[in-house]
Formats: sequence, C-alpha cells, structure tokens
Amino acid sequence: MDAKTWKNPIIAWVDKRLPIFTMMQHDLVDYPTPRNLNYWWNFGSLAGIVLVIMIATGVVLAMHYTPHTQHAFESVERIMRDVNYGWLLRYLHMNGASMFFIVVYIHMFRGLYYGSYKAPRELLWQIGVIILLAMMATAFMGYVLPWGQMSYWGAKVITNLFSAIPLVGDAIVTWLWGGFAVDNPTLNRFFALHYLLPFLLFALVFLHLVALHTSKSNNPLGIDVKGPQDTIPFTPYYTVKDMFGLGAFLIFYLAFVFFAPNFFGEPDNYIKANPMQTPPHIVPEWYFLPFYAILRAITFDILFIPAKLLGVIAMFAAVLVLLFLPWLDRSAVRSARFRPIYKQVFWLFVADCILLGVVGGHPPEGVWVPLGQAATAFYFAFFLVIMPLLSFIERPRPLPSSISAAVTGKGVGISAHGVAE
Amino acid sequence: MKRKTLAAAFATLLFTTGAAVASEAPKLPAQSWSFSGTFGTFGRPDLQRGFQVYKQICSSCHAAHLLAYRNLTDIGFTPQQVTDFAADFEVEDGPNDEGEMFTRKAVAADRFVKPFPNEAAARAANNGAYPPDLSLMTKARVGGPDYVYALLTGYKEEPPAGFALMEGMHYNEYFPGHQVAMAPPLSEGGVDYADGTTATVEQMAKDVVTFLSWAAEPEMEVRKRLGVKVMIFLVALTALLFALKRKIWSDVH
Ligand code: HEC
Ligand code: HEM
Repeated sequence: MDAKTWKNPIIAWVDKRLPIFTMMQHDLVDYPTPRNLNYWWNFGSLAGIVLVIMIATGVVLAMHYTPHTQHAFESVERIMRDVNYGWLLRYLHMNGASMFFIVVYIHMFRGLYYGSYKAPRELLWQIGVIILLAMMATAFMGYVLPWGQMSYWGAKVITNLFSAIPLVGDAIVTWLWGGFAVDNPTLNRFFALHYLLPFLLFALVFLHLVALHTSKSNNPLGIDVKGPQDTIPFTPYYTVKDMFGLGAFLIFYLAFVFFAPNFFGEPDNYIKANPMQTPPHIVPEWYFLPFYAILRAITFDILFIPAKLLGVIAMFAAVLVLLFLPWLDRSAVRSARFRPIYKQVFWLFVADCILLGVVGGHPPEGVWVPLGQAATAFYFAFFLVIMPLLSFIERPRPLPSSISAAVTGKGVGISAHGVAE
Repeated sequence: MKRKTLAAAFATLLFTTGAAVASEAPKLPAQSWSFSGTFGTFGRPDLQRGFQVYKQICSSCHAAHLLAYRNLTDIGFTPQQVTDFAADFEVEDGPNDEGEMFTRKAVAADRFVKPFPNEAAARAANNGAYPPDLSLMTKARVGGPDYVYALLTGYKEEPPAGFALMEGMHYNEYFPGHQVAMAPPLSEGGVDYADGTTATVEQMAKDVVTFLSWAAEPEMEVRKRLGVKVMIFLVALTALLFALKRKIWSDVH
C-alpha cells in the first residue's frame, strides 16, 4: 500500500503517523472491483448500513427503555407515546430487524448462486455464517425486550430447547434463565447481551471486509479477474451504484415504517407478558420460521435419541452445515450461470426455504407435518447429497475467457475442464 | 413441578392446537375505516363520540391505562374540557408533609383512572372474568379494528341449537370459542350523543372502535403525514441517484 501524498497538510500529518486516509483511499476509492457486478452485489453494503441504523436507533431506544419485567412493556409504550419521535425510533428498529434479515438472506442466496463460498473465499463465507448466528441471537434477545406475550413465550420455548441436552440440559436452562423461570434476571441479561452483540457483529463485519478485500469480490461469471481491464475502481462506480441501491431500499423499508409498521409483527406482542396464560399459537418472528419448521419436523425418536433432541440438533445443523459448503461443493465452476443442473436445483432450494417458512408459521398438524418433513429432508439433501453429487455428474457450460471479453462480447468458450466446446 | 411446566411449554410448542379454536371463528367482515390506508385520518367528531361511548359505557369495566387525560386535547377537546373530565376522578397521591397518603382530584397529567384497583377486584366484579385494558386493544388482536367492531356487534340472543352456553356467558359469533363473559355492552340509545347523532349499536361500535384505534396508535396521523413527505423526498433522491449512476457508468458499458 503506497502512501499517497496528501495535499492538505493536516491530513498528510495524520496520515504519516496513522495511515487511515491511505486505507480509506485504498479500500473505498481505488479498490479494484470486477466491472460486471449486478444488483445482487448491492446487498452487502445494504446490510452494513442496516447494522449502523440498528445500532443508532437501538442506542437511543436504550436511553428510554427499562429492562424490568414490571416496567419494560410500559417503557416501550412510553417511547411510542411520550418520547419525541419515539414511535419513529422504535418502528425503525423493529422493522429494521426484518429488513436486516431480508437483506442478509438475499446476500446469502446470492453467494450460493454465484459460488462465492468457493476458494479463495471460504473464510469470507464462514465469517458470514458466524455473522448470521450472531444476528439471530441478537434479534431473538431483542424480541424479548418489549416483554409482550410473544416475547415471553418465545423466550420460554426457545430457551427450553436446551433442556433437550442429555444430563446437563435442565441445569443449562436454569443457568440461562438465571433462576427457575423466565423472569427479571432473564430480561436483564438479554438486554445486556442485546446491547453487546451488535458491537461484536460490527467487529465480525470488519473481519468480513478484510477477508473480502484480500480475496476481492467474486462476480456473476464466477471467473477470476485476469487483469486491470476486468476491473473498475470502487469509487465512483460502485459508490454511486450503492447509493442508488440504498435509495431504492429505503423506499421499501420506510414504506413499512410509516404505513404498515406492524406488518411483520404479532398482535400478541401488544399484550403484556403473562406467565399464567399461554397464547394459543406461539410463533417466532418470520425470519426464524424455516428453522422453526426444521425443529418441529423431527417427530420420531431415532434409536435412543429422543425426537426433541433430534429436532434441536437438526435446527442448529441447518445453519452450521453452511460452514462446510466450500467442501461439499467440489465443482470447479463457481457461477450457476454455467451449471445447468445446479441452477435449477438452486431455485428448488429457494422454493424449499420459502416452503419451510410457510410450514413454520402453521401449527404442526395435518398435512403440515409431512410437508415440513419433506421440506426438511430436501433442505439437508441439497447440501449433503445433491451438491457433492453434482460436482461429479454435472457438465458445466463453457466459461468465457475473461470478464472483459464477456462484457465486450468477445472471447473463446473454454469449459471448466479446459475443453473447448 | 418445574419439569411439568417445562414439558407443558414444550408441548405447546410442538403440538399447538389452539389455532384450531381460532380457525372455527367466522371470517371478520371488513369495515371501511376513515383511518385505514396511506392517507387515512381519524374524524374528530367520530373520536369524540367514541370517547363518550368509552367513558360512559366501557370504562366502568375496562381500564385504558396508557392514556393520560392530557392526550384528549389531541382529539379536539379543549384544555378546560380535559380538566373537567379528569376532575370526575380521584387519585391517590402523597405522602404529604405529615407522611400521610391522600386522595385528590385527577388532573390533565394523570393517566386514565382504572375502574378497579387491581385484577382480583376486576374479576370479583365480573363473574371471575377479567376485562382487559383497552389502550392497545386494536393492535393486540388479529383483525384489529374489524375484530373489535365484529365483537361488539356480534352478539346473538340465542346460541345455535346444541351449543352448550355456560352459566353467565354470552354467545358471540366472533369471540374465539363463542362464549364471552362480557355482556353485550351496547344497546340502542346506550348513550346520548352530545352532537345529536342517533346512537344505534352500529354507530356506537364504529365510534368506540375509532376511539380505541386512536388510543392504540395516537401517532398514526403524524406518522402517515411524515411518511408521505419522506416518500416524495426519497423517490426524487433515488431518481436523481439513478440518473447519476447512468451518467457515471456510461463509459463502462
Ligand atoms: C360489565 C363490564 C363490561 C363492560 C361495560 C364492557 N366490557 Fe368488554 N369485557 C368485559 C369482560 C368481563 C371481558 C372479558 C371477556 C372474556 O374474557 O370472556 C371483556 C372483554 C372485552 C374485549 C376483549 C375480547 C377479546 O378478544 O379478548 C374487548 C375488545 C372489549 N371487552 C371491549 C369493550 C368495549 C369497547 C366496551 C364498551 C363499549 C366494553 N368492552 C364494555 C366486561 C365489560
Ligand atoms: C444487530 C442489530 C440489532 C438487531 C437485529 C436488533 C433486533 C431487535 C428486535 C427484533 C427488537 C424487538 C423489537 C420490538 O418488537 O419492539 C429489538 C428491541 C430493542 N433493541 Fe435491538 N437490535 C439490534 C441492535 C440494537 C442495539 C445496538 C441496541 C442498543 C444499543 C438495541 C436496543 C434495543 C432496545 C432497547 C430494544 C427494546 C425496545 C423495543 O422493543 O423497541 N438494539 N431489537
């Protein structure tokens, strides 16, 4: 990284001792980016902006919020009614959580489609999976804070899952609760952790970006950058494209905030938590529904392992399996554009995830049970069977010789196995 | 005991059947509310009539503890009217300089005084049933305002043949399970509207639901108004950014 000579003497002085301006120049301005990125590449920067919005609104909410079972619900309503623009802060934060997951799920499907998890980006992808886990923990604990019926019962049901662990399960649950029920100690620690985790997320995002800028962006063709003719500097090209994407995203996000702020929420969460009264239908937030469906799909014991434990294992495995993706998919071709079979199975997988979400929102009875089981089976088969198998049986279409050749319409087709077609 | 509750909680997770009860309820008829949609607002006369219904009928059983009397100026009452409404109620205050608690007249800054000092007292007066707080009611039920309206107008004198109605319960088409402990609260001419509107059951139901919708979302009008401005700004900004993006990228494609 060559230190640039800065005209402004103050900037030059600082930069000589602490090269932050050189770093910014390097990573936000000069950063060579493939010239053919499509709009699916906007979602990473959007996720970063949503994280900043969540932290900003969250810190101000925390100034007015009271983490006590007797006051939490009322303090949130005070924010809604008596704090200046408190309703705006809260609705931004509440809907921001949903937006965060929408953006990140799209970001991940993008990676899945274009093979962005393959060498040399394995660690980049795995840090992403850890980010997803941290986000899930943050959102789960945040949802408990307003201390409504779903907050309370959701917390109870999910923490209870740990009781499935043999021998130490009950002890772990008591430890998580800080007592013998979900109560004030639980709410207190959830608030503390809900405040802490986003900053951990911030650090993880930083690592994610270091890894990104080391191996550089993948692109819709999935082929490596061959030289400067394949790239353009990040600024102004992608800065302006990201700004435009941000504008479009804000229209979507704020339409919910201003005109349908409770669209993603459950009416039950406007009833104050009542440990004596179980709501008829306990459902988590929409972004957890696919995992909830997988949890409930296992209704049978296998050998000596009880169904409940298997369900919990399956649910965690559904996320953790993503960590192994770089080695489950052995195909040398990254982009699904050149993988005729994978491309179709990919869309089946997307449909399967949506189906799991729908199943997760219904009580597990009637047709929803076998449907959930079939969808769960396909979910795991996609990663554990189809992906490894496709690596061998699929014959990829010829790859363009370079990004610039593909963009300008020239270039000889060479297949992944080096065979001209 | 603890294990039992754990098991029970998990059973509700795995085998929730409660929704079956809900699903047998008939579909809620959709009402046309002045406050729905992007530009919807509350009519001030409707709100004031709704407040009258709440005050004269519902408030004898239901609290609305998230509202303060001062909030009523937002629906068009004068500060004097608000002071007068509040003055009808007594609140406990103190301790005074002698260390004694005392009661005083409620003032505009006080929250709506609850009809019962606590849940047990409310249940004792209502045959064991608890009249829930109404401040968030329209946000706290699936169907929102349509549900509350349907509930208030959905009573049947006689349950259908073969329906076993319990002692002291009332048949309602829209309440989950159809047996509700609340007696039909509205009857023809139940209030004497200050503005001379005829107090039919439908009229009162509509008015009180409008009032409760405001009570649940007092920020709604400000929110939507600000939203329209923000949207206009964002659409213009995004269009400009799109043009800028096209211009900057013109040498790449
Ligand atoms: C005589 C006392 C009484 C009066 C007056 C009364 N209610 Fe109720 N209300 C109850 C009781 C008791 C319940 C609980 C019913 C149950 O759980 O079965 C209830 C329940 C409700 C519910 C909740 C239904 C649900 O889905 O849980 C609503 C909404 C409601 N009342 C609205 C009103 C409105 C609006 C008025 C005024 C027009 C009113 N009530 C007047 C006693 C009353
Ligand atoms: C990763 C980013 C974050 C996510 C995904 C997230 C998610 C959530 C969710 C889902 C809720 C419940 C919303 C509701 O139903 O009202 C919530 C509430 C809350 N969050 Fe966050 N949050 C994040 C960051 C933060 C930060 C950084 C803070 C503070 C420093 C914070 C403070 C709060 C507070 C005080 C509440 C309770 C108030 C309320 O319910 O509106 N959050 N959060």
